Amino acid sequence: MRPDALKLPFERSGLSSLVRRACPDRWHLATLLLAGLVLAPLGVVLFSIFSETNDVWLHFVHTTLITLITNTLWLLLGVACGTTFVGVSLAWLIAAYDFPGRRWLDWALMLPLSLPPYVVAFVSIGLLDFTGPIQTQLRSWLGADQVWFPRIRSTGGVVFVMTLTLYPYVYMLARNAFLTQGRRAIEASQSLGQSRFQGFFKVALPMARPWIAGGLALVLMETLADFGTVSIFNYDTFTTAIYKAWFGLFSLSAAAQLASLLVLIVFIVLFIEQRSRSHQRFSQAGRSHVADRIPLGGVRGWMAFVYTFLVFCIAFLIPVGQLSIWAARVFGQDFDSRYLSFFSHSVFLGGTAALLACGCALILVSASRLKNDLLTRISVRLATLGYALPGSVLAVGIFIPLVWTDKQIIGWMKNFFGIEIGFLFSGTLFAMLLGYLIRFLAVAHGAVDSAVNRITPSLDETARSLGISGIPLLRKVYLPMLRGGLLTAALLVFVDVMKEMPITLMTRPFGWDTLSVRIFEMTSEGEWERAALPAMALVLTGFLPVILLSRYSGKGN
Amino acid sequence: MTVIELIQITKTYPGGKMPAVYEISLKINKGEVLALLGPSGSGKTTLLRLIAGFETPDQGKIFLNGQEVSRPRYCLPPEKRGVGMVFQDYALFPHLTVAENVAFGLGSLKRDLRRKRVEEVVDQVGLTSLARRYPHELSGGQQQRVALARALAPNPIVLMLDEPFSNLDPDMRTQMRMEVAAILRRTGSTAILVTHDHEEAFAMADKVAVLNAGRLEQCDPPELVYHIPATPFIADFVGQADFIPGVIRDGKVVAEIGVFPNASPFVDGTEVMVMIRPDDIDLVPDEKGVATVLSRQFKGSENLYTISLPSGQILHSSQHSLAVYADQTRVGLKLKVTHTVLFRREDPFFNKELIE
Repeated sequence: MRPDALKLPFERSGLSSLVRRACPDRWHLATLLLAGLVLAPLGVVLFSIFSETNDVWLHFVHTTLITLITNTLWLLLGVACGTTFVGVSLAWLIAAYDFPGRRWLDWALMLPLSLPPYVVAFVSIGLLDFTGPIQTQLRSWLGADQVWFPRIRSTGGVVFVMTLTLYPYVYMLARNAFLTQGRRAIEASQSLGQSRFQGFFKVALPMARPWIAGGLALVLMETLADFGTVSIFNYDTFTTAIYKAWFGLFSLSAAAQLASLLVLIVFIVLFIEQRSRSHQRFSQAGRSHVADRIPLGGVRGWMAFVYTFLVFCIAFLIPVGQLSIWAARVFGQDFDSRYLSFFSHSVFLGGTAALLACGCALILVSASRLKNDLLTRISVRLATLGYALPGSVLAVGIFIPLVWTDKQIIGWMKNFFGIEIGFLFSGTLFAMLLGYLIRFLAVAHGAVDSAVNRITPSLDETARSLGISGIPLLRKVYLPMLRGGLLTAALLVFVDVMKEMPITLMTRPFGWDTLSVRIFEMTSEGEWERAALPAMALVLTGFLPVILLSRYSGKGN
Repeated sequence: MTVIELIQITKTYPGGKMPAVYEISLKINKGEVLALLGPSGSGKTTLLRLIAGFETPDQGKIFLNGQEVSRPRYCLPPEKRGVGMVFQDYALFPHLTVAENVAFGLGSLKRDLRRKRVEEVVDQVGLTSLARRYPHELSGGQQQRVALARALAPNPIVLMLDEPFSNLDPDMRTQMRMEVAAILRRTGSTAILVTHDHEEAFAMADKVAVLNAGRLEQCDPPELVYHIPATPFIADFVGQADFIPGVIRDGKVVAEIGVFPNASPFVDGTEVMVMIRPDDIDLVPDEKGVATVLSRQFKGSENLYTISLPSGQILHSSQHSLAVYADQTRVGLKLKVTHTVLFRREDPFFNKELIE
């Protein structure tokens, strides 16, 4: 760049530049499009509240609606209590104390995240049901025909299983809160005469409340969205009802109306989560000279070990062990070309969805950086709201407009050209991938966004002062620095899509069965052992991001 | 030749009650180093960003090399202005080596020309042996030199440094100051330096522009700013300053400690405040002296004494490093004032307590 020749002549401000500034540019359009993708199914579902009530809907209202609502409430309550108790107690033990095995249990306690909840569900039922090995063994030992044993196929059973698989959300967040704030707070309260026990309840726990609430909100949203676990337990909730309305009774509109009710409940939980996040922002993030852990000696140390190890066993070791045994048993007969086709379908869908989600996340992140105005901020926020929508709701919300569009196109083609064509959009991979994108865009965006935050504004401005802006800036500065974040995002989305069940079940084209679909089919018929083989594949792929996650949060220690 | 010209630049941030900069006019010539000096919030970084093109002025115009680049509602974006910036945190690209960082803004050059220029500039800042290292492998001072080289490489119209030394420890700071000043002189660069440290401004700049609450109070060579400050704020900001009340009588300034020559346009009867710097008065121990020593601050190269006059007025005096007087010693004052600096007594600076 020569000093005496500024590159372009300075433009006279006039009508042309005014118009140019008023029209939304490509970044605005892109973010608005992505936000629209999320709002459209939501709007469609909510709108169905106002549509005509038909017979199918009335049928539901009269027979099962009350059951659905009470079941959902009991489930939410039970899981909330369970995960809070388990998650917080574990987090406190790990964060504040030192006991034998603490170091590896620290990250091992996060491993249950790699198990899809419905896998733990059928393993538990297979193990603990009346005809399962444990009860059978118990009966033979005691030589009786009937021995009392808690029924696994009950509300308690569902709550038990979901607690085991979802506690890591609360555990992770509470642990971070306790690590950064709790220990010093305890020392401060000790210097004021309080015992450690009192300090925990009076100081550390209240300070960690926003984080615990945040983890709890995640747990509740996962619970509301869950389809696989509740269907295996035959526990009627909204997600199973939506599925039945659609596939059993062929009423898309009844499904939509059920979905709208579910969405309303989700909004309430979402509201709680947003509130908890804002409180997190105001909490102190001071210099953490992390104090040493308090060593637990002797009996207490071993008790702590037993408790944490027990949770780890029940939530992870036993299910994985049982899965391996069953998978080994059926390996010979089931590991055939059909299995490989399930596997390749899952991988293909996961990979494609990951690419899509990462690309869109990159667009969102670039737009927020290049155009930091209100419109962009709102659009980005909306576009990442998709994670709150349960898969069943999304499936319905995508299908209805697609079917409508298809019918319009078919009718139009017939009237104008006299050509008869089949469905273009609905029932194709397009609908499926769209569903994955909407649901998991937030996951990708979260990972990329936290990577982007390491790119300081002064890096941006430096590049601009050196003559690089717009797309070249993204290519030369952002992309290289975001590589790690993009990889994490792709991995997270890949695994999430592989585990996903309701969208896959409800929108897949003919012949596109995946591992999760296979598990659903097998478990619907009670074939636990045969379901173990596809489940193993899911668990193994699920390891990767969890190991990543626990490494990252371990670094903060 | 005028490189940068600002005419009546005003900018208020949305939501701000007062303008961040108000009616500032400046001229910077080729090869000059200008320091924008002021306390935090005085608008110096805003001014820098206006010149760079990151902000648009609400009023006024900015010219670079005679070409208009900024005016209300429109401004030429920074990537087209040819200004070089060095930020407080250096903002080095962590994924590029030193040489690649420096080459970043040279995309329009052919490969061999680019390589030559990079070598030239890296040599100018003394980092030739480290050209292949990554930023995280360098010390703070080295990182800063990379940032400097990167900004210099494309031969910018002006180089802008935003508090470049505040991230360094004090001894590094003095050393880097001298090195950077030497590099700027060697390359004949035009530069604007933003700082709140008057020592830094005096050491590096040909002209110092002092800003206070968004207004430009003085723009002069450092010696003038120190010895003949335009406002009492400047007098106090750039060094230790005491003010004693005086009154003009018979064309001279009469104050408690003595009579001063009057070269100001103030007429007889005007009430004024006289600026006294610690090096303007000497202390002579004298049992019948008028002043009393209150305290002594040993600064290594000198002793800074706080003394009080019978009226209660506090003054400071800078004495030799070995001249030690105990507290409560009575001293006489010997005036060494070379020129008198006067301000009106009504100046808001002296009536702050009344305003509050």
